[in-house]
Amino acid sequence: MHHGPVNPPSDTSEIRVLSPTAILGYGFPESSFRAGLERDPDLIAVDAGSTDPGPYYLGAGVSFVDREAVRRDLRHILTAGRELDIPVVIGTAGGSGARPHVTWTRDIVREIAREEGLRCQLGVIHADIPQAALLGALETGDLRRLPPGPEASVEDIVASPHLVAQMGVEPLIHALDLGAEVVLAGRAYDPAVFAALPIRRGYDPGLALHLGKILECAAIAASPGSGSDCMLGVLRRDHFLVEPLSLQRACTVTSVAAHTLYEKSNPYALPGPGGLLDLTETVFEQATDRSVRVSGSRFVPAEEYTVKIEGARRVGYRTVSIAGARDPLFIAKVDEIVDGVRLRVADNFAHIPAEDYRLLVHLYGKNGVMGALEPHAGTSHELGIVIEAVAQNQDLAGTICGFARSTMLHYGYPGRISTAGNLAFPYSPSDLTAGEVFQFSLYHLLGVADPRSLFPVHLTDIAE
Amino acid sequence: MPVRLIDIAAVIRSKNAGPYELTLDIVFTGREWYQRVLAADAIDRSLISRLYRIPEADVLELIPFDPAAAIKITIRRPRVAGDVGETDVYGAQQHAPLLDVVLDIEP
Repeated sequence: MHHGPVNPPSDTSEIRVLSPTAILGYGFPESSFRAGLERDPDLIAVDAGSTDPGPYYLGAGVSFVDREAVRRDLRHILTAGRELDIPVVIGTAGGSGARPHVTWTRDIVREIAREEGLRCQLGVIHADIPQAALLGALETGDLRRLPPGPEASVEDIVASPHLVAQMGVEPLIHALDLGAEVVLAGRAYDPAVFAALPIRRGYDPGLALHLGKILECAAIAASPGSGSDCMLGVLRRDHFLVEPLSLQRACTVTSVAAHTLYEKSNPYALPGPGGLLDLTETVFEQATDRSVRVSGSRFVPAEEYTVKIEGARRVGYRTVSIAGARDPLFIAKVDEIVDGVRLRVADNFAHIPAEDYRLLVHLYGKNGVMGALEPHAGTSHELGIVIEAVAQNQDLAGTICGFARSTMLHYGYPGRISTAGNLAFPYSPSDLTAGEVFQFSLYHLLGVADPRSLFPVHLTDIAE
Repeated sequence: MPVRLIDIAAVIRSKNAGPYELTLDIVFTGREWYQRVLAADAIDRSLISRLYRIPEADVLELIPFDPAAAIKITIRRPRVAGDVGETDVYGAQQHAPLLDVVLDIEP
């Protein structure tokens, strides 16, 4: 961990961190947020992103959260930060944290600063990695696979419009060192935005990062859990406390310990930039009715500092058609009918190479949710059918989807008695153009000599 | 003694753990049931393999987590999250087969 010289915290000192919401734009009740401000926090931090919504948002450079929803949350957070004169740190701006996402969020920040008359230093940290740097790292063996994922390839790097790295706390600490009062970061390790200021002030990195790990999901670790309600963390020399700010919720040992499992493959060892969060000695205790005390979490620095690289590449264009089926004769024969439709499509467009498109049929009420993992053989009395074509261009996707839809509508299967049509369509037009389709092309580790070098900090006036 | 998993678990859920993995969490209603399930070795790789119809090698982790009285299982995703053919981008609805599990545990 790189951080400037600091005085270690005394036995009685503490740092209070307010996490308003699990994702910027998911919202929070104003009453909870005010209750958090009344606790005199030292920092408001929020994680604005996730890879969960899939590869599209990183690849296409757009947010998965609505602009007006982000503006609403940011207005509360930025004005509160200035009123209390405390830092605000935002990570993975715009959902995926690439340059277009950061710029999109930067514009909203500027808009709010002007409307509210806010004046302060804004530190913007981009997380984009130049293509050439990754190609070089692939060559030298510094770009490594993350099992069970595949090796990286030149083709995947070159085809991915946005390549980002997850920054650790170091670039965020640097921005704070430079005097930034609001830090707007591109792709960042989720806990880093909560841990940077505490680590800068000399608090234990293991506890700070574990606290960040819980706060990044706001009140999801409470009971009942919520991704759109506020959580307060109080970090002290040898432990921290977490407490939800709505009286309707409580942190329990089970809710907080169970959250440590969330979205991770191994709950005892959580790897991140520059090292591992080791929870083998972690103790969770009920502190008050509504707060939990956590101690014993350790940060183990890695021999080599690595950051996670993310990228997505376009694989085609999608058109979908949504329909239902209620006829039991059709439902009983649906697998044969789907096979028959595929054959008709291939035969009708025999002049189009088969590799130029893919036709998929999702059968809800059968195995639409689990596909090959589905253990039940049964079928519901009605089916939801999504016909999907992914093709090299949008026109071809429309052609394949539309032809498959009309073929299935009028398909004459053996034993059919409903000869007017097989499908119930909720919409006209029945086919929906879904646009570009991306896939994750990179989710790899990159060894770096300096944890700050990839993430330059730009300081400006917030309203500029 | 046959015991339905759903009767002794407070949380049964699934979620992506990165784009390559799917993770299943079973949080027991109390420490006692957690210990009894562990003692009986009632949830193992072979059960998950049969339940999800995947090779045992694709059951990547199966870890008891004492602080939460929980068992965490991580399996290889059938495809990288969001690839063409995806059925559950967040991986949030892949826990259902666990709801049907009946364990044989000594009384």
